[in-house]
Amino acid sequence: MAQKLDITSIRNQFPILHQEVNGKPLIYFDNAATTQKPQAVIDALVKYYSHDNANIHRAAHTLAARSTDMFEDTRKTIQAFINAKEVEECIFTKGVTESINLVAQTWGRKFLVAGDEVIITTMEHHSNIVPWQMICEEKGAILKVIPINEAGELLMEEYEKLLSSKTKIVACVWVSNALGTINPVKEIITKAHAVGAKVLLDGAQACSHLEVDVQDLDCDFLTISGHKLYGPTGVGVLYGKRELLEAMPPYQGGGEMIKEVSFEKTTYNEIPYKFEAGTPNIGDVIAFKYALDFINEIGKENIATHENELLKHCVDGLLAINQSVKTLHATSPQQQPINLIGTAKQKVSVQSFVINGMHHFDAGMMLDAKGIAVRTGHHCTQPLMSYLGVDGTIRASFSVYNTLEEVDVFLEAVKKLIKR
Amino acid sequence: MKNITDIQNEIIENFELFDGDMESILFYLMDLGKKLPAMPEAHKTEDFIVKGCQSKVWVYPSFMDGKVIFEADSNTEITKGLVSLLVQVWSNQTPDEILNSELFFIEKIGMSRMIGSQRSNGFNNMIKQIKLYALAYNSKNN
Ligand SMILES: Cc1ncc(COP(=O)(O)O)c(C=O)c1O
Repeated sequence: MAQKLDITSIRNQFPILHQEVNGKPLIYFDNAATTQKPQAVIDALVKYYSHDNANIHRAAHTLAARSTDMFEDTRKTIQAFINAKEVEECIFTKGVTESINLVAQTWGRKFLVAGDEVIITTMEHHSNIVPWQMICEEKGAILKVIPINEAGELLMEEYEKLLSSKTKIVACVWVSNALGTINPVKEIITKAHAVGAKVLLDGAQACSHLEVDVQDLDCDFLTISGHKLYGPTGVGVLYGKRELLEAMPPYQGGGEMIKEVSFEKTTYNEIPYKFEAGTPNIGDVIAFKYALDFINEIGKENIATHENELLKHCVDGLLAINQSVKTLHATSPQQQPINLIGTAKQKVSVQSFVINGMHHFDAGMMLDAKGIAVRTGHHCTQPLMSYLGVDGTIRASFSVYNTLEEVDVFLEAVKKLIKR
Repeated sequence: MKNITDIQNEIIENFELFDGDMESILFYLMDLGKKLPAMPEAHKTEDFIVKGCQSKVWVYPSFMDGKVIFEADSNTEITKGLVSLLVQVWSNQTPDEILNSELFFIEKIGMSRMIGSQRSNGFNNMIKQIKLYALAYNSKNN
């Protein structure tokens, strides 16, 4: 059973929320782009650079031991967070983008051959399209795309038709950043495995809202961005099954990733270090642990319950605006002032919409004038936008520190935009 | 015809009335955009798009009686308001006047606060484009 959260005390942990923008209290509804950071994360950064800064895994001195321990502590925390079998299966990167590129450039370069097929979906973020296009072009492999329906749900029958012995990997977004759709990833994985294909999940949006258990899912790769999980920017994770990571060649060459170097031959380090060339983003990785602790303390289920309540309030409010304006102007149902984009049955707290007759850019500026931060544009999903026949949307995305009152202010502002 | 300095001073005075209230300023900009004379669709071609703007912006120049006339449009209302300010300042002036003018109103009306550096790039491109047109007419003239 989810428990009622004390949102005021949660908000008090986020200093950034307590400010005015354009003379109005800030309402931050751009959480799908990046979440704000709790004080514990900010403090951890300050503490690291004030007390513990040293390069890791190298020196014999006390500070180095301390920072190495803290760095590896985050790895253990993320291992538990996603329930990876082994801590070595968690590689630090700078984010989802780098994690996907790593897999495409190492696993893809080694295992894809001409004629192989890579399957993605219509709703991918550019970072799960372009790396695959690049490696497919290089290898003569073919990129296939799972279509979606109008609500923004994958057409699973079409997916099944795309699968064959030629399919080598399915790279699929777990939760769509533009639509909020939660994809049926377990089913996707089972079906891919049945034809011998691997599955990479883009977990950028999913990990802050949903329980993550990579062993239960049986995914081959999972990619995570720390900054969407209340953590610092510049930290991400690539989870991969041990046997896959071991079979993959290194991504970048340099320090840390080697066992022995001579001018004739270099032998590589074990995983995860094989994939962590150079000095990593130590401070941010260390602070990332505090973000994970923050989520664990509140509990994913409690977070999701609150966020879903915000989403429902928002959707109901937007539909009510359609109703009220319709009676006001007696417009035809086709000419509703607001079109919701992304109405999947399974969703996280993200709502995209367009206002008929108003460019999303103007709407974004007008909302900003009221202190409300939303995302407008194509959300790095241009193929999805062109499929939907829009050049962008207004997107409100909610996090645990948002309130129903904020949603009300937002709805009032949207209403004003329509009636102007 | 008012000179470029007078026009800019007038714009600054008009914006001062809003006392920095962003919402009113944006509404005002959208109104200004609406007052911009309609630009013939035929002029909205790829050649006359200002590059590097987040929204689509067209600026179309013509030359009459020694003066440059600018038409402009945008697919977003606020941007249209912004480009209308440039038209207000620079349309109907000689190439020389345009080339020698200093745009001081932009900073005074708090434009950077309005659009941020991401978008001021696009705005600067509009300015550059207009000056290039003026330069072209100037060299043709001389
Ligand atoms: C679904 C999805 N995939 C990938 C990314 C890219 O993540 P990052 O920019 O952190 O590498 C994002 C971030 O916007 C996203 O929402």
